[in-house]
Amino acid sequence: MTSNSEWRSAAVSTGTTIIAVRYDGGVVIGSDSRASMGGEYVSSRVINKVVQVHDKIFCCMSGSLADAQAVTNAVIHKLNFHSMQMGEPPLVQSAASIMREFCYNHRDELSAGFIVAGWDRKRGPQVFQVSLGGMVVEQEFTIGGSGSTYIYGYVDAKFKPGMTREQCLSFTTNALTLAMDRDNVSGGVVHLAVVTESGAERQLIPGNKLPMFHRI
Amino acid sequence: MLHTARPNHPPTGGFSFENTRRNAVLEGNLSEVGYSAPKARKTGTTIAGILFKDGVILGADTRATDDMVVADKNCMKIHYIAPNIYCCGAGVAADAEITTQMMSSNVELHALSTGRPPLVVTVTRQLKQMLFRYQGHIGSSLIVGGVDVTGSHLYSIYPHGSTDKLPFLTMGSGAASAISVFEDRYKPDMELEEAKQLVRDAITAGIFCDLGSGSNVDLCVITQAGVQYLRGYDQPAQKGRKQGQYRYKPGTTAVLTEKVTPLPLHVVDESVQLMDTQ
Repeated sequence: MTSNSEWRSAAVSTGTTIIAVRYDGGVVIGSDSRASMGGEYVSSRVINKVVQVHDKIFCCMSGSLADAQAVTNAVIHKLNFHSMQMGEPPLVQSAASIMREFCYNHRDELSAGFIVAGWDRKRGPQVFQVSLGGMVVEQEFTIGGSGSTYIYGYVDAKFKPGMTREQCLSFTTNALTLAMDRDNVSGGVVHLAVVTESGAERQLIPGNKLPMFHRI
Repeated sequence: MLHTARPNHPPTGGFSFENTRRNAVLEGNLSEVGYSAPKARKTGTTIAGILFKDGVILGADTRATDDMVVADKNCMKIHYIAPNIYCCGAGVAADAEITTQMMSSNVELHALSTGRPPLVVTVTRQLKQMLFRYQGHIGSSLIVGGVDVTGSHLYSIYPHGSTDKLPFLTMGSGAASAISVFEDRYKPDMELEEAKQLVRDAITAGIFCDLGSGSNVDLCVITQAGVQYLRGYDQPAQKGRKQGQYRYKPGTTAVLTEKVTPLPLHVVDESVQLMDTQ
């Protein structure tokens, strides 16, 4: 039992576990839904950290919620303009690049990391990790947030190239569930999004429908 | 085109972060001598909001605290933003007050500019952008609720600039107590009286279980038809009457012995001062 109330003046952090996987026809993106303050109080148990920045490009937020929301809104705005200027849907790499520009130029003031994933006509499905200081790395799958530390072993062991959409969905759900089970600042429901050539589709898996990994 | 007030114009006055460095030095100097700088008055506070069938209900307690002393027993924490939008403020009292007043002006100018009644999301967006700009130094946590042409909405805004859109929200030091009431009894599309009772119960939980909240419950019901500001809707913490009597009858304690020692007093000096009583 703690009697200190420092959590009240702490900034809202997303705690978080976020993940994105690429498969042949598209990408699967997932996140948990917990926002916490000071690691002690859950300020929201249902926030959606999978944000749509364009028709077929999504990004996942982690870190300080205020910073992540501010950067995401700025990226949506800038990407929209960019897309209008180019006269065509933007590339996933452009979204990642705009995201990186914000994160790098303000790296001393911001404290947020992202995963940018989606589908574009030029290179198909792509997953980028844009981390805290502004590094961009393209990967087949990537995990992020505080809960990701608990599932590095799982994703490294279970990922296989050439998975189907169903296999990717269950891979993502299992990984998020395992992280949410162990990390105190990740939890709630699982938000999923699947992006393919034909568009984007969102799914929500409530906490009681998640896979069970142990019997207690 | 009417311009909205932009608090971030080149600083001619108002917020200047140069002072924070000076304040930190002063704070250090004072603490060496054993004093501490005066703290800004916080509202302690329990504020809450819910969406019900016909609109939004906002609730707040009415205690303002100065560290451990109640500075104001009946302050108003539900602030006017627009005829159809109200905002509860927690955190530093002055910040919440001035921020909401600024937003109220901005929203009115914006509405005159667009020629449309204001939207709740506009207020929220302007608030979050301003609070993010000040990186949490403006210590106001807000719940914005209202009914506009797109429906009824409820947003929470934290001092660092993050927002949440949910059907029920609580903020302030009594948030944990109040949210437990909501988590237990909230249902979507409640009727007016049931919803008012639920908000009243949530704020009352904050008043009883949190030291920073107290006094009365204020409610604000916003629907398509209009706004009902119920100041002092309930007063759960009235002073009670003492159950027992602490006076004892003379003779309750038996006297066993009595010894009187008179003290000899001599007049040493006598001086008379005349008073002018005309």
